[in-house]
Amino acid sequence: MSVLKEWIFTTDHKKVGLLYLIGSMAAFAFAGFSALMMRAELSSIGPTITNNPGDYNVWLYFHGAAMILGFQIPALTGFLANYLVPLQIGAKDVAFPRINALSVWLFYMGLILALLTFVVPDPPDVMWTGYPPYSTITFANTALYTFTVLLLGFASILGGVNFLTTIAFMRAPGIGWNQLNMFTWCTFAAFILQLIFVPVLGTAVTLISLDKYLGTHFFDPSSGGDVLVYQNLFWFYSHPAVYVILLPFIGIVFDIVATFARNRIFNYKAAVYGGVGGILLLAGEVWIHHLYVTGMPDWIRVGQMVTTLLISIPVGLLFISLVGTLYKGSISFETPMLYALSVVFLMLIGGLTGIPLAIVSLTLHVSDTYYIPGHFHYVMAVAGTFAIFGGVYYLFPKFTGKMYNEFVGKLAFWITFVGVNVIFFPMMIVGVTEGMPRRYWDYAQFPGAEPYQYWMTVGAAIIGVGFLLVLFNWIHALFAGPKAGNNPWGSRSLEWTTTSPPLDHGNWEEVPKIEEGWGPYEYGTEKT
Amino acid sequence: MRNNRLHRAFTALPFVALPGGASAEFESIVEKVEDPAAGFDHLWFEVMVDITIIGVIFALLALYFLFRYRRRSPGEEGTQKPLSNLNIIGWALIPAFVFMADDFYMAAKGWQLYDTYRRVPENSLEVKLESAMWTWDYTYPNGVKTYNELRVPAGQPVVLRMTSRDTIHSHFIPDFRIKEDSMPGRVTYMWFYPQKPGEHIVSCAEYCGQLHSRMYGKVIVMPRGEFDSWYQAEAAKLDVKLTKLSDNRGAGQK
Repeated sequence: MSVLKEWIFTTDHKKVGLLYLIGSMAAFAFAGFSALMMRAELSSIGPTITNNPGDYNVWLYFHGAAMILGFQIPALTGFLANYLVPLQIGAKDVAFPRINALSVWLFYMGLILALLTFVVPDPPDVMWTGYPPYSTITFANTALYTFTVLLLGFASILGGVNFLTTIAFMRAPGIGWNQLNMFTWCTFAAFILQLIFVPVLGTAVTLISLDKYLGTHFFDPSSGGDVLVYQNLFWFYSHPAVYVILLPFIGIVFDIVATFARNRIFNYKAAVYGGVGGILLLAGEVWIHHLYVTGMPDWIRVGQMVTTLLISIPVGLLFISLVGTLYKGSISFETPMLYALSVVFLMLIGGLTGIPLAIVSLTLHVSDTYYIPGHFHYVMAVAGTFAIFGGVYYLFPKFTGKMYNEFVGKLAFWITFVGVNVIFFPMMIVGVTEGMPRRYWDYAQFPGAEPYQYWMTVGAAIIGVGFLLVLFNWIHALFAGPKAGNNPWGSRSLEWTTTSPPLDHGNWEEVPKIEEGWGPYEYGTEKT
Repeated sequence: MRNNRLHRAFTALPFVALPGGASAEFESIVEKVEDPAAGFDHLWFEVMVDITIIGVIFALLALYFLFRYRRRSPGEEGTQKPLSNLNIIGWALIPAFVFMADDFYMAAKGWQLYDTYRRVPENSLEVKLESAMWTWDYTYPNGVKTYNELRVPAGQPVVLRMTSRDTIHSHFIPDFRIKEDSMPGRVTYMWFYPQKPGEHIVSCAEYCGQLHSRMYGKVIVMPRGEFDSWYQAEAAKLDVKLTKLSDNRGAGQK
């Protein structure tokens, strides 16, 4: 009982982080299960496992909402940020530990609310985007969606206040801005975005519930409202939200690649100020590319086509730094490194297939087809998930003090890696060639899509096996893994200078001393 | 009266009114219409080549580094040296300008095609579309209505002026590489250029509830002559109804 109390009322950033990990993995499991249900339904034309399109729509709603808001954002800006950032900057804890505890509570409340989807009658079927007028005229329970988003959003805002303060003011004496880990930089940028844009999302979903339950007319044209206002508000947040996911996951990939290549980051300053900074600058000026086919004025469609294409510059700089970090390195291929390298590959495919989507005239055909989920699963969903899993493997010896099984880790990686490509590459092809639209419970009018759909379902089953193996590996290692040292990877970064697991409060016996010329990536020099 | 209406619908169509002998003029008009679908296929291929080249360069470079710099002894560390200031700036600005050049090149190409997509040819057949859960209702210039079936003549561009009765739908014709949302309170448009007789699927591409996946119909492209006789026959039915209504005046009416 006292153990339970200790975890619930903890203000230690590491325990809060682990609570985020457990919660987000639960969301991942449920959302993954809904994905398997959808794939089973789609394996052949006609009703396959359910006669009710409503069931499928609820799975699809839950899969999207829970994966993005319940799994990826909390795992990256909750678990990894909480666990790593104070350790990487040599701080004893975050700036506001009690606010930190409050945000993890709010996260769990949001999670419980989201899971009620499977319990309440008329669960939400509004997709994670919740577009009105459908979300205001449906019989389904849109309020559940609104309040899930509000709770999780509130948790994010509190996290933003907390981490911006922590990174700005609580670095150990001697750590300058140019000596920060890439992950810390990326977390800093991600929380700037959260703090600016989450309130807009909160406004949008609140207005939906006002329209639906209190009879206001924000999105009702018959009373002077406008249906497109919501889509603008929603994507004004939700495109930056992509970078809230992308930045931390590319940050952890940088840290993993530098550690396993034992090499300095190639052109660190270009990656930070050009890459991360450039994404910050452009994040808020590209949302119209989600509204290319909604009848927005032509001038803004063409204008944001240009800004969207320009995103390739900061992302390209990050890529050059990432690949350049391998140059003259000393590369070894443990499980975290395999995940990190696969993220480079997945992002290469996902990022480049995003270029046609920036071009407004090409989007007129591929928008809302299977090409879209194919693209964003590569660039964000799968790449982000693989980065999270790589990050958990990477930190596993640190937060448990135990070592996982390398063979099972690699086997599970290759199974999942094959699985995701079997799903998402055909998905892009069928979207362009057949024009197969997304969010379809059935596709009798597109008989040409059936073989693709069949193989995508096979891919989903392969992924399911891979992830079960990962879970098995972690749980087994937690109880029966061999003891891991304080620094099993030979990293120069600050988080590996403490014990595994680190001291309960305070992380180090005393504040780490930072020598002049120290940096988290100063490999190939004399150890100090 | 009926003929007048039909005539008005096609006044923008010189070749309809022209006698059969003026085929040279007919050809020149057809040539002027750029087909956005063909433009799409062309630009799509070009962009695919572009991104494949970039992807292969990055992938080969990464694979080469992974092989060349694999760890050979456990204690080994990387030997990359910090970059000089000149190198830092060079390695940031030069790639940035290369990417930017590619971006602007594609933006220009994309804009050009977008112009074709949005500029409705003057001789288009204009059809009104009202979407609803879960049907496509088309209204022709002469008042003929069809449901989930858009009959159009081959060789004439078709423009749809679209709105919606309930929620947002998206009129997607994969074969013509075009879609645009229809929504309540706004009028949007799209046009396409059917050239050969045939049937094409129209399917909803914006999530609209339970039967979203069953909201589909057909674009039926008919040879010019067949279309004209169908169109006139449908219009005649419409007039018969009108006459009947006016014959059965209610009590108290003049």
